[in-house]
Parts: sequence; structure tokens; C-alpha cells
Amino acid sequence: MTRISVKVDGTTYQDEVEPRLLLVHYLRDRLGLTGTPIGCDTSNCGACTVDLDGVSVKSCSVLAVQADGGEVTTVQGLAGDGELTALQKAFHEKHGLQCGYCTPGMLMAARDLLRENPHPSSDEVRHALEGNLCRCTGYQNIVRAVMAASGQEVTA
Amino acid sequence: MTDQAVASEVGRARPRKEDARLITGQTNWTDNISVNGMLHLAILRSPMAHARIERVDVSPALERPGVVAAFSGRDLDGLGSLPCAWPVTEDIVLPDHPPIALDEVRHAGDPVAVVVARDRYAAADALEAIEVDYEPLPPVLDLEAALAEGSPLVHSDKGTNRSYVWPLKTGEDFDSVRRRAEVTVKRRYVHQRLIPNAMEPRAVVVTPLAASGEYTLYSSTQIPHILRIMMAVVTGIPEHKLRVIAPDVGGGFGSKLQVYGEEAIALAVARRVGRPVKWTESRSEGYLATHHGRGMIQDVEIAAMRDGRLLGLKVDLLTDMGAYLMLVTPGIPILGAFMYPAIYKMDSYDFTCTGVFTTRTPTDAYRGAGRPEATYAIERIMDELAAEVDLDPVELRRRNWIRHEEFPYTTIAGLTYDSGNYEAATGKAIALFEYDKLRAEQADRNARGDTVRLGIGVSTYTEMCGLAPSRVLGDLRYAAGGWEAATIRMLPTGKVEVVTGTSPHGQGHVTSWSQIAADVLGVPFEDVEVVHGDTKAAPQGMDTYGSRSLVVGGAAVHHAAQKVVAKARKIAAHLLEASEQDLDFADGVFSVKGSPEARKTIQEVAFETFTSHDLPDGMEPTINAEHLVDPDNFSYPHGTHLCAVEVDTETGRTKIRSYVCVDDVGRVVNPMIVEGQVHGGLAQGIAQALFEEAVYDEEGNLVTGTMADYLVPSAADLPEFVTERTETPATSNPLGVKGVGEAGTIASTPAVVNAIVDALRPLGVHDVRMPCTPERVWRAVREARS
Repeated sequence: MTRISVKVDGTTYQDEVEPRLLLVHYLRDRLGLTGTPIGCDTSNCGACTVDLDGVSVKSCSVLAVQADGGEVTTVQGLAGDGELTALQKAFHEKHGLQCGYCTPGMLMAARDLLRENPHPSSDEVRHALEGNLCRCTGYQNIVRAVMAASGQEVTA
Repeated sequence: MTDQAVASEVGRARPRKEDARLITGQTNWTDNISVNGMLHLAILRSPMAHARIERVDVSPALERPGVVAAFSGRDLDGLGSLPCAWPVTEDIVLPDHPPIALDEVRHAGDPVAVVVARDRYAAADALEAIEVDYEPLPPVLDLEAALAEGSPLVHSDKGTNRSYVWPLKTGEDFDSVRRRAEVTVKRRYVHQRLIPNAMEPRAVVVTPLAASGEYTLYSSTQIPHILRIMMAVVTGIPEHKLRVIAPDVGGGFGSKLQVYGEEAIALAVARRVGRPVKWTESRSEGYLATHHGRGMIQDVEIAAMRDGRLLGLKVDLLTDMGAYLMLVTPGIPILGAFMYPAIYKMDSYDFTCTGVFTTRTPTDAYRGAGRPEATYAIERIMDELAAEVDLDPVELRRRNWIRHEEFPYTTIAGLTYDSGNYEAATGKAIALFEYDKLRAEQADRNARGDTVRLGIGVSTYTEMCGLAPSRVLGDLRYAAGGWEAATIRMLPTGKVEVVTGTSPHGQGHVTSWSQIAADVLGVPFEDVEVVHGDTKAAPQGMDTYGSRSLVVGGAAVHHAAQKVVAKARKIAAHLLEASEQDLDFADGVFSVKGSPEARKTIQEVAFETFTSHDLPDGMEPTINAEHLVDPDNFSYPHGTHLCAVEVDTETGRTKIRSYVCVDDVGRVVNPMIVEGQVHGGLAQGIAQALFEEAVYDEEGNLVTGTMADYLVPSAADLPEFVTERTETPATSNPLGVKGVGEAGTIASTPAVVNAIVDALRPLGVHDVRMPCTPERVWRAVREARS
């Protein structure tokens, strides 16, 4: 067992973990932060995307011990004081989700994109979200939502 | 009596009520559920496609840390065979399907033994300690070879790999129309196997109450109600002691329209160990264990006159059942059987479907279920016929489709289409697509010998959905009915609960049902909550699949709300000291004709029933109401899809340049949700055309066994769609709705492949097998040239 200290969505946790424990299982099973779901076992789907020290990572591909001393933001930490972020609002208003299973990962990946590129083209949005799979929406409204959150409309 | 519910909600693009939790991570997926004392279940699966089990020894697993119990199939006796609810013929070969294999494994992934342990890692680790001796048997993979004399058998005790033969012959004899036809075209089309890939992997949690013999089963399922009945039968737990809950369910697309072995196993293990049990599949496990879709060879022959007029259609199918018949496995191609003639008039139809066992994961419903296959066959061969008789593909369709003034129209397959307007949808699509302009560009590129060819693909479609009239289902030997239930509960504070038997998993029923109820009751949209997916809270229902929920379940909500208004009217009349006939009802308010100040809101009436201080003599103190709808016909959405592709003849790469679809799904409750359904359907249909295939090697191993190997398209792989609608109301339900869940999937696959073949036809290409990967396109071009 290894002792780790991780700040997640503003709260610092100290835990003994098995070295092989995945960050996503640590979040879900140990901290009860089940907002971050698991969609695959090959790091293809991106559903488990979280922010680790300012970079979006697939939490199924990171060990909990690697997050030691780090700061994690999950979908549950986005609307910090109850106020939804622009991205969350846009996903709602543009119908950027159906079943919602991919949504936490989409939100985290899109957040990462807009941090680096505040006014992406819709093509850039599509490429930036390449590592996040959605089976319900055909992506069109996800792209619209991300564009709307960046203050733009999609022009076909 | 004037009942005027102002239609202010239906038709409105309401953002969804469902979203607030989903965008903040406050979800309740089955895998999120954790209860005291819960054990994690892991399943050892066959690594071979086909083998005799000589020996299973689970005892070494018990030595592993954290392991509480382990069972082979023999250890977990008392479990019945998993059910098939659709034995399509009287003499169907219907093999036993034990949840854990007993003597033989019949596909890679067939369960062999299970372990429960204190955490998921310990359970997974312990599987490797289980000892199994297999005696390999030959795999059965090729559908035609499987039917040949002397083929190895999937189920040796059955003496054949043929499960059933299901014929449908109507109208003039096909041989006779073939003789009088001026043109016949015959083609073979192949539908690859597809893996549904709902984003949420399946999961099951069982919490037992041993003392009273009660069990709660949480499952990532589309069908909590059907599942409850079937689990009672399979496990022997009495139905009234079994509660099934479908919590948040992350997509289904047919793959969760199933009664799975893991659900029975979890119940049996929880019963045996007396503790809660959870099983969550990994994605790669799901690729083996969750049913697949499609998997069909189609031999299609069409007979026509030189002017393009259709005479008849002959369809011969071989469909891959996989290793077992699951809930509706054999019925899937039968759902398509009636759709091959599509929107066209003809004199003869000759259909045969043969179900074939193979040593692969069972197939079953996948978005569209039989109807995409049917639409693909007819729409592909219509393009071949158009080329043969030298007509524009759209013109050939126009010459044969049912004209809008001909509805209701009984097709050669025996269905009565109640409404439609193929001219309007096609006209709108052609205009949006700029069809003529693209044809001109295509001619220009062809004349220049451009290495990047432009192709234009059209597909019309209709589908039978809104499953379904119970009597028809009975005639087709389906074991259940097709009704749907709704209850409206008017709460004392004026709030409303709509209890529905549908079980949404992304479709937004909470929002749409709220809109329907708000309109009829005249209450604010925000005052309505929708209860679903729990057999205790919503005890009656037939669940969600086959684009049925709005058509049948939404109609039930509408009717139930009308019953509430009728009951409330009696009480309002009493309270207002007026006769019922003298009351108007609008915007949720009963008022006395001529003296509008005398009024009671329906929400006030609800409170009056709660106190019951002043109700009419003998009146039951409730205005709650229940309604069950059993439709008397299917609904028939239709549409026209147009796709333009650029095909690089040197690399084989296909790029979708534009995609326009005009769908007619009848009246629309929430246009934003409808558009989203179309988008998602298009993505899945395009994925079949271009990207996805479950590939097996010659030993029966699934080669595309992970998400890294099976190409679920990303945002970067798909184009921007132009989606529009025409609106021809259905006549079979009061809302005029037709269903939209499957529409996009059905038409897009043939539209894309027709476009690719259209691009390459001048080079001599007449077909490209799906998925039309760059390699396949490149090879098709090369073969045509040589």
C-alpha cells in the first residue's frame, strides 16, 4: 500500500492505496465520486476524462499514486458554487447530451480545448474531441454546444 | 362542452429536464450503486469458440484473497434456460441456453464459472485460478457452410444448424412476374456484424432480503418490466418478490433489450451467498457478452419493366443467430420481412428467411432491428435497377412509390400504411441538397477523369414502428403484447406525477411526457415529474425499443391525462354549482360559461380530492387516472436521405461532403429531441456503411475485441448533417406521432453506400461490401479496372 494525498474538487484526501489502483477507481470506489464514469478498458472512449493539474487526462489510464500531491477536477467540481459553467449550460441548451454517459468526459475535454483555444473552429472542436466517444448524439449538438460556450455559432 | 387544452407545450424545443443531473455528475448508473456488504462478481469466459467442457474446478479460486465464493454452471443449479420470447415458427429449433455453460461452450465469451469477492480487483484476479479443461470442437462460422450436409454442429443434439425457415409470399407468383419482366437484377448484399456499443457498459446489482425472500435487481436495461417476468421464470424467485430497477441507463440501441445471463447469475449468487452482489462488464468483456446486431446475407432479385415500373421482389436471407436464440433473436429479420417492398408498389413479393446457428456471440436487436437491413437491400437494388434502365435513381423511385393521395395504402407485404407524403419529403430534400447542381459537378468531374470522384446517394425509407398491435404480435408468435401504460397522479399541492411504462435511456421521456401531460392538464411544464424504470413505482409497462415509446407510451399519457380532466370536471362542476356541460376547460382552469370569474384550477380540484370535504355524493376521492393503449396499427415514419461523397480512387478514402435528410415522423413533441435522435441515428447508420465490423478469425475469435480495434466513429469522422422535416400526422394515435428513434439509422446506410457506388459506377464498380473502408474501395476500383 502507498500513501497518497490528492486534492479532488477542492477537498484534500489522504489514503492508503494499492499501487495498481486506477485513478478512476480511486475516485469512484474510494471517494464515492461516481460522476466520472468508465466506458472502456482501452482508453479509447474518454468518458472518464478528468483534469489533473491543469491537463485533461483519461483517469482510467492514470494510477491513483500518480496523482499523489496533485489536484484533480472532475465533472462534479465544475459548478463549484452551484452556478453552472458556460459549457454545462451550452450542453443543456444545445441538447449536447442524450444518455449523458459520455458527458462528463466531453465537458472536461471541451474545457481543456477552450482553455488552450478560446475560439476554435467547429473543425477544431471535432478534432479536439476525437478521443471522446459518444454513441447518442452524432456529435453535432456537442459541437454546437462547445461553439456556443465559446461565444460562436456553428456555420454549416 | 368545449375542452380546449391550449397546445403550447407540444411542438416546443424544451431543453431537457434530464440534463441537470447529467451535466453535473449527479448520476445513478448501476455501477455507481454501492451497498453495505456488497460483493463483486467476475465471470470466467470461454477463450474458445466451441469446446466441450471436460472439467471445471473453482476451488483454487477460493484460496485467493478476498474471495467469498466461486461457482461453476453445475454448482449454480436451479437456474433455467434463458428465454427466447419470439419462436417465429412452430418447428423452430430452440436450444437450451444455460446462463453458465454446463457441458459445452458455444462462443468465445460463453460464461464458464463465476467468482464473488470483496472488491472488483480481487474478483478479477481470482478468475485465473479457476481450472478448466476444454476439448476443442470445430467452430461454425460460415452461414452457407453451416447449412451444408456434414457441417459441424453448434448444438449437436439438434442435428442441424438451421434454426428456422420463415416464408412470406404475397401477390402474383414471383416466377410469373419474372417471366413477364423486361429487366431483372439480382444481387447479394452482406450486412456485417455490428457491436452496439452503448456508452455505458452493462452492470447488474442485486440486493437480497434473505429473510423474506425478496430481491431487488438493478440493471442497465431497456426493459425492467419484461426482465422482471423473465427473471422470475429463470430463477424461480416469485414475481411479486422481485423488484427490478433500471436506474440511469447510458444508452441501449437494442443491446439492453435483452434478458442476460449475468442478471440471472447475479440473482442466483446473491441468493446463494445471502449478500448483495455487483457485476459490471468491462468494454472488452461486453464485446463478447452483450449481443451483437445485423449479420445477414441477402440474395435479392427485382423484376421490372424498361420504364422502371416494378413488378416484384424476391428476397432470400441467411441470418446469423449466433450460438443461442436470445430474447428476440429469431424475430429481428422478421421485423424487416414486411419492409423490403418499402414505399413501392409492386405485384409480387417472395420472402424467405433462414436462421442459422454459428459459434459466435448471439445477435439480437440493434437500432432499427431488421428494418435497416430491409431498407438497405431495396434501396441498393433500386440504384442498380436505375443504372440498368438508365433512369435517375430519384426518378425511378418516384415512378414506383405510393402517391400521397393513395393513403391509406395496403402494401404487397400486407401492411396498411396510414399516411405519408413521399413527394413532399423528397422534394424538400432535393432542394436542400442542390441535387441538380451536384449532378452537374459530378458529370464534370467524370468527364475530366478526376481521380476524386463525386457520388450522390439517395435512400428513401419507411419503417413499421410504434411496436405494436398486440394481436399482430400474437399472429407473429411473439410472446408478449404491445400495449403501454400510463398513470397520472395529481398530488395535493397541485404537482403532477406521470407514471410511465416506458423506460428511457437517453431519449428524454421525462421532458416529452411532461410536455404532453402539461398540455392536456393545462398545468405548468415544471409542475410535472415523470416516474419510470422501477417495477415498484411504475408497475406496468412494456418498456422502450422499436421507436415505440412516444407512439404508444406517449399516447397512453395523453389518454390518461384526458381521463384526469374528465374526473376533475365532475368535481369542479359540483364545487362551482354548475352542470358539467356548462364548464369550459382551458389552460388548466374550469370556468362557468358566461361567468368566467367562477373558476377552479385543476390543481385546486386535486387539493379538494385530498381533503374530500366537499365532493359529490358517492364520488371516489381521486382524480388520478390510468390508461393502457394497445394501438390498432403500426406507425410509419418515412423520409428521404441524400448523401454526397468524394471518393479518392487512388487511396480508396471516402469523405462525406454533405448529408441532407428530410424525415417525416408525424407530429413533433419536442423538435430539439427529435433532431438529436436523427443525428444519433445517422451516425450509427453511417458507421455501418463506413467504419464498423465485428471481425472473427477462422477459429471464431473476435478479432475486433476492444474499442481500440472496433471503429466507433468520433466527432472527427462524421460530417455536419442537414436535418429537416415534413409533417404528415399519423392517424393511428391521438398525438399524430410516428416515432423517430430508428429513422436515421435506417436510411443513412444505403444512402452512403449508394453514393460510393454512384461515384465509382463509371469505373465499372457495382458494389462495395460494408464497411466501405479505404482498402475495400481501393480494391473494388482495382478489380473493376483489371
